[in-house]
Amino acid sequence: MKAIKIDKLIKQYKNITAVDKLDLEIFEGELFALLGVNGSGKTTTIKMLSCLTTPTAGDAVVGGYSIINQSKKVKELIGVSPQETAVASNLSVKENLELICGAHGFSKEKTLAKIEKLSKQFSLAEVLSRKVGKLSGGWKRRVSVAMALISDPKILFLDEPTLGLDVLARQELWGIIRSLKRKATIILTTHYLEEAEALSDRIGIMQKGKLLAVGTVEELKLSSNTNNFEKAFISIVKEGEL
Amino acid sequence: MRMITFAKRCTKEILRDPINLGFGLGFPLVLLLLLSSIQANIPVSLFEIDKLTPGITVFGLSFMTLFSATLVAKDRESAFLQRLYTTPFTAFDFIMGYVLPLVPIAIGQTVICFIFSIFLGLTVSVNILYCIIGIIPMAVFNISLGLLCGSIFSVKQVGGICGALLTNIAAYFSGVWVDLKHLGGFFEKVANILPFYHAAEMEKALFSGNISLAITCLFPILIYGVITMLIAIVCFLRQMKNQ
Repeated sequence: MKAIKIDKLIKQYKNITAVDKLDLEIFEGELFALLGVNGSGKTTTIKMLSCLTTPTAGDAVVGGYSIINQSKKVKELIGVSPQETAVASNLSVKENLELICGAHGFSKEKTLAKIEKLSKQFSLAEVLSRKVGKLSGGWKRRVSVAMALISDPKILFLDEPTLGLDVLARQELWGIIRSLKRKATIILTTHYLEEAEALSDRIGIMQKGKLLAVGTVEELKLSSNTNNFEKAFISIVKEGEL
Repeated sequence: MRMITFAKRCTKEILRDPINLGFGLGFPLVLLLLLSSIQANIPVSLFEIDKLTPGITVFGLSFMTLFSATLVAKDRESAFLQRLYTTPFTAFDFIMGYVLPLVPIAIGQTVICFIFSIFLGLTVSVNILYCIIGIIPMAVFNISLGLLCGSIFSVKQVGGICGALLTNIAAYFSGVWVDLKHLGGFFEKVANILPFYHAAEMEKALFSGNISLAITCLFPILIYGVITMLIAIVCFLRQMKNQ
C-alpha cells in the first residue's frame, strides 16, 4: 500500500525552482531516502509533505490525505525531526517531551507512559532531567527524533538526522533508525551516501529539484553498470547534468 | 489547554535565562538606586522617588519587548517553531502562549520596583496597587511589539533593535530622567506621539491619585496596544505561512 503519492509537485521561490514536477510513490513501512547534494530540493520536498510549505503546483497524498486541502489530517499522521535539532534549549529533556505530549493533548497518565517508553527506547533515562541546551549534538538528535515519535506517527520525516554528528554518535543514531524500521514509514533526507546505502529500502536521487533516479541500492548500481554505490551516484548525477 | 502548555514552556524559557532576569529586574533597580542617590546629593524634582518610581516601572517594560522578541526570533531560527507547526498547536496557541506569560512577569517587575522604592523612602499607599494594575496596557503594548519584532527580525537584529534602540527610546521619550518640557520643540512633539511619555505620566498620575489625568493618558496607550497587537498577529501569521 502507498503511504505517500506525490503528483507533479512544484515549489518555486521567485526565479528558483526548488522542486520541479516531482512524481514519487513511497510504500507503507518503507524506509525511503532522498539523497542529493546541498540545494537539491530534499528539504523543500519534506517541508511540502509535512505541510510546512505550500506547493506552487501539484499535490501529494500523505496517509490518504491531500497536503493541500487536508493539512490538518496530515499533521495528525506525521512526525517531523527537522534538519536543525529544533529543541527548547532551556527546558529539560523530560520537559521537551512533555511539551510535545501537551501539543497532542495527551492526559497526564498517557504523557508519563509515553515518556517512560521513549526514555527506554532511546536510552534517555540518564539525561531526562538535564537541560537540552547543555547536551552534546548526538544526545540532542536523539531527543529530536524521540520528540518526533511522541504521537506514534504513521509517517516519520527525518531531515538530515545525522548532520554534524561524529562517527560514534552517527552509528548510535543509525541503530535507533534501524529499530524504527517497519514500525512507521520513514522518509529520510541525507547527503551522506553511506547513510542512504546502510539504512534505506529504496533511494531517490535528487538534483536541482528534479528526481533523477529511484530504486534499491542494487538497482541503482545495476542501472549505472557499477558495483560501487558512490560511482553509481556520480554517474546518475552527471547524466542529470547533461 | 494546548495554549497553556505552550505558555508554560515560554515562561520557563524566559525565567531560566539568567541574562534576561539580570537585565529585566536588575537594571531598573540599579537605575532607581543611582538616580535616588543623585537626588539625595543634588535635588532634582524629576528624581524624587514618587515621580521616579512610576517612570522607571514604565522604562522597565522595554525589557519585556526584548524578552518576547528574543524568544520568538530564537524559536524561528532554531526551527523549533517549524517542528511545532507540524503538531496540532494552532496560531492562537502560539500567539497567546508568547504574550500571556510576560504579563505576570511585567507585573512582577513592577511590584519589585515599588518594593525596592519603599526602602528608598516611597510612601506606601493604595495608589501603588492602581499603578501595578495600570501598567498592564503598556505591558501588552511592549509584549506585542516584541512579538512583532521577533516575527520579522533575526536574534542578532532583535538584540540591536529591541535591546539597544528601544530601551533608549523608551528611556528618553518617557521623560523619566529628562524633563521634556525643558527640551521642548521637536523632541517634545515626538514624545507626545509615542506612548512612552503617556505611560509614564499615567503611572505618575495614578500614584498621586489623579484618576482623570490617568484616564486621559490611557487612551493613546490603548490605541498603540491594539494596533501593535494586530500588526504583530499579522506578521506572526505571515512568517508562520512562510515556514
